[in-house]
Amino acid sequence: MTDQAVEPEVGRARPRKEDARLITGQTNWTDNISVNGLLHLAILRSPMAHARITRVDVAPALERPGVIAAFSGADLAEGLGSLPCAWPVTEDIVLPDHPPIAVDEVRHAGDPVAVVVARDRYTAADAVEAVEVDYEPLPPVLDLEAALTDDSPLVHSDKGTNRCYVWPLKTGEDFDSVRQRAEVTVKRRYHQQRLIPNAMEPRAVVVTPLASSGEYTLYSSTQIPHIVRVMMAVVTGIPEHKIRVIAPDVGGGFGSKLQVCGEEAIALAVARRIGRPVKWTESRSESYLATHHGRGMIQDIEIAANRDGKLLGLKVDLLADMGAYLMLVTPGIPILGAFMYPAIYKMDSYDFTCTGVFTTRTPTDAYRGAGRPEATYAIERIMDELAVELGLDPVELRRRNWIGHEEFPYTSIAGLTYDSGNYEAATEKALALFDYDKLRAEQADRNHRGDAVRLGIGVSTYTEMCGLAPSRVLRDLRYAAGGWEAASIRMLPTGKVEVVTGTSPHGQGHVTCWSQIAADVLGVPFEDVEVVHGDTRAAPQGMDTYGSRSLVVGGTAVHHAAQKVVDKARKVAAHLLEASENDLEFTNGVFSVKGSPDARKTIQEIAFETFSSHDLPDGMEPTINAEYLIDPDNFSYPHGTHLCAVEVDTETGQSRIRSYVCVDDVGKVVNPMIVEGQVHGGLAQGIAQALYEEAVYDDEGNLVSGTMVDYLVPSAADLPDFVTERTETPATSNPLGVKGVGEAGTIASTPAVVNAIVDALRPLGVEDVRMPCTPERVWRAVREARR
Amino acid sequence: MTHISVKVDGTTYEDDVEPRLLLVHYLRDRLGLTGTPIGCDTSNCGACTVELDGISVKSCSVLAVQADGGEVTTVEGLAQDGELTTLQRAFHEKHALQCGYCTPGMLMAARDLLREHPHPTTDEIRHAIEGNLCRCTGYQNIVRAVQAASEEEVPA
Repeated sequence: MTDQAVEPEVGRARPRKEDARLITGQTNWTDNISVNGLLHLAILRSPMAHARITRVDVAPALERPGVIAAFSGADLAEGLGSLPCAWPVTEDIVLPDHPPIAVDEVRHAGDPVAVVVARDRYTAADAVEAVEVDYEPLPPVLDLEAALTDDSPLVHSDKGTNRCYVWPLKTGEDFDSVRQRAEVTVKRRYHQQRLIPNAMEPRAVVVTPLASSGEYTLYSSTQIPHIVRVMMAVVTGIPEHKIRVIAPDVGGGFGSKLQVCGEEAIALAVARRIGRPVKWTESRSESYLATHHGRGMIQDIEIAANRDGKLLGLKVDLLADMGAYLMLVTPGIPILGAFMYPAIYKMDSYDFTCTGVFTTRTPTDAYRGAGRPEATYAIERIMDELAVELGLDPVELRRRNWIGHEEFPYTSIAGLTYDSGNYEAATEKALALFDYDKLRAEQADRNHRGDAVRLGIGVSTYTEMCGLAPSRVLRDLRYAAGGWEAASIRMLPTGKVEVVTGTSPHGQGHVTCWSQIAADVLGVPFEDVEVVHGDTRAAPQGMDTYGSRSLVVGGTAVHHAAQKVVDKARKVAAHLLEASENDLEFTNGVFSVKGSPDARKTIQEIAFETFSSHDLPDGMEPTINAEYLIDPDNFSYPHGTHLCAVEVDTETGQSRIRSYVCVDDVGKVVNPMIVEGQVHGGLAQGIAQALYEEAVYDDEGNLVSGTMVDYLVPSAADLPDFVTERTETPATSNPLGVKGVGEAGTIASTPAVVNAIVDALRPLGVEDVRMPCTPERVWRAVREARR
Repeated sequence: MTHISVKVDGTTYEDDVEPRLLLVHYLRDRLGLTGTPIGCDTSNCGACTVELDGISVKSCSVLAVQADGGEVTTVEGLAQDGELTTLQRAFHEKHALQCGYCTPGMLMAARDLLREHPHPTTDEIRHAIEGNLCRCTGYQNIVRAVQAASEEEVPA
């Protein structure tokens, strides 16, 4: 150890500790798990969108060799409660019963009907085909507006309505009066198509029961092992302390594994019934039907402004497709967006209403961005329309309305207090990198020449609320749980360090980043830190990973826990060095006495001294380990400016992204390489919504885009290189100055791309193209406009 | 049942298998070589890509019996004596993976590319790996990694 300054870990582009296993195949995906006597589950799913079940006969499946058991929904109903919805957004929300396996009615194609248990996966897949089910078809409910009419068939007939809830938020001046005094109003309807999250690892569950003591270990490809544990206790009646949940290696989530799954409950129920270990792994096509979808909204948005571009107010009416049931946070997703429609702009009036609607489709729930991409899309699209109406450059319109950097902290019209930001700086940097003026000149030239290939420029300036969340805010939003996070640090006798985190990573690089944070505070080498996560026995407290919360909340908890370790170690060091605590300095992991540099103890030495406990201060608890739980004071508000140039072939409808520049401000950065990766991936998913992806249903409620052949997850050949840069305005709401980054790219990019496409085609009379902007849709839009 | 003999990552295995058994299930469920994952059921995603007799194949689209007498290399057979390949190292250094689920297939597909075209352009890389889907990275760092590996003296 030397007293020379050591380069801080935080801020370094450390290659990840996680990689070694993943690049050599030494992985532990849930489907890799094998134990003696493991049996395989196959689930029979409804082929119909809506039907009464009149008969289920599992006997033909049971006759097959290798089949151990088979159950209908009725067979498993005893001891299996309704799947939970943790976010009943209003007092009078309609909360339908949601059996993990349907008993008398199926409400979407893919609803589970029966489960077969067999000695291997092939036998199970064969046998499930032999189960006989009789259905009495009921009418599907697919159109969000028609579903709300009095004569609509009902998804849940016992509830008497398809209206799940109505959630209003009205702030500032009354919108009607603003509309009257406004010089300009623009009103549009936008469609948020349904998306399928497509984590590369399909969901999988393994349950190993210990019959003698009634204990169960549940392995699941989940983002939320801690929440799953609580909820499985509630759903199955197995006492919580008898359930251990492990999230082993998890191959992506994007919100799709922020779920308490029916299949987890089914696997537990079957394992309890037969007393043997079971595994369920979904196929991709099964996943398309059975894993929740994202988005699925109709947005009516109206903006009021003066001729000089000053915004006066915003009115938003949402219809949000819940799908057939309320999953863990289904009703809350549009509400997360409710606060983001005013975005970075100042205005006098905001009038928001969301109506949740039941349909006979796969339930919706969180998908990367969860409510905020939808909000950002609508406001950024209509800002472009308003700019056209006013004859203003879209960047100029934004500049005239955004919150100035000197105005922070700023309370938005929706009631959020944005702690920090600098929209001017991010925008200026982005415009320079993009060469905005030059591209505008080229665009004008192509328009002038009547070029068949037009150039469009799309602008998206965004902010978002993430880092979920202050628990009191969650209470006010009627979310059932809190938003705290836990970390504990164990100083091992040899001076090595274990960080135990309540976050549950599935690609984000928490092991690397938490090591960086802890190494800086403790003054230990990065390599000497290990991070323990994703197991309710090893890391018993946590609120898990979603909503770009892990670093902002969980990383901050690690920072505080490490500080506590240092504080405790300081007491031991002072005792051993026979100095007052106030006379000790702590630098690079070494306690030394001011003025006597030879009187020193390393934190590793203190760890061993504490382990032996031979000479600790009187009355001191013999440990320097520490735990810290943090409940954040505020959300974090990353922001940025995204610019996209698209070439649109007006003859083929083909769009090609020519350049994509984004400047994001995610505050202080722990690991710039990981941040860049998060932005890249976010952009890819946002662009995919703009150009490629849609879950398509036919008139009968069948998922037509039911396989990866029919649902276009973009490949490397479908995406451009991105220019990703940053500005750095530290968050003031946490000591690290960090903001969330996981969802930013997805939130910002979709409107940038669609704005560019519409911008390219506007001289031809096109005002909108519905997402995804496929060549066919673009071609039709051009044709329609020319008529 | 059909008797097969397959060499996988340097070890020869003899087994009786159902004729319909997919190679990927043979690797995972019979041999316990779980480094090769499964991401779809329509051969779109490429997560299960392995090398069979010198060419990359999606092991969900090959029957185990078709590999009879053949030689298979999986991601688990790339590093020798703990020494990573140039590509593996490049994936690590360029942050070409996040969750890592697509990584085995990406590595095998990129290896195939570099064998055929030792110095591909970025465009060639993007097209060569278009049968392998990644949901985390947006591909940019994968392309960078493959390119970096191609600039080394001993690629793949």
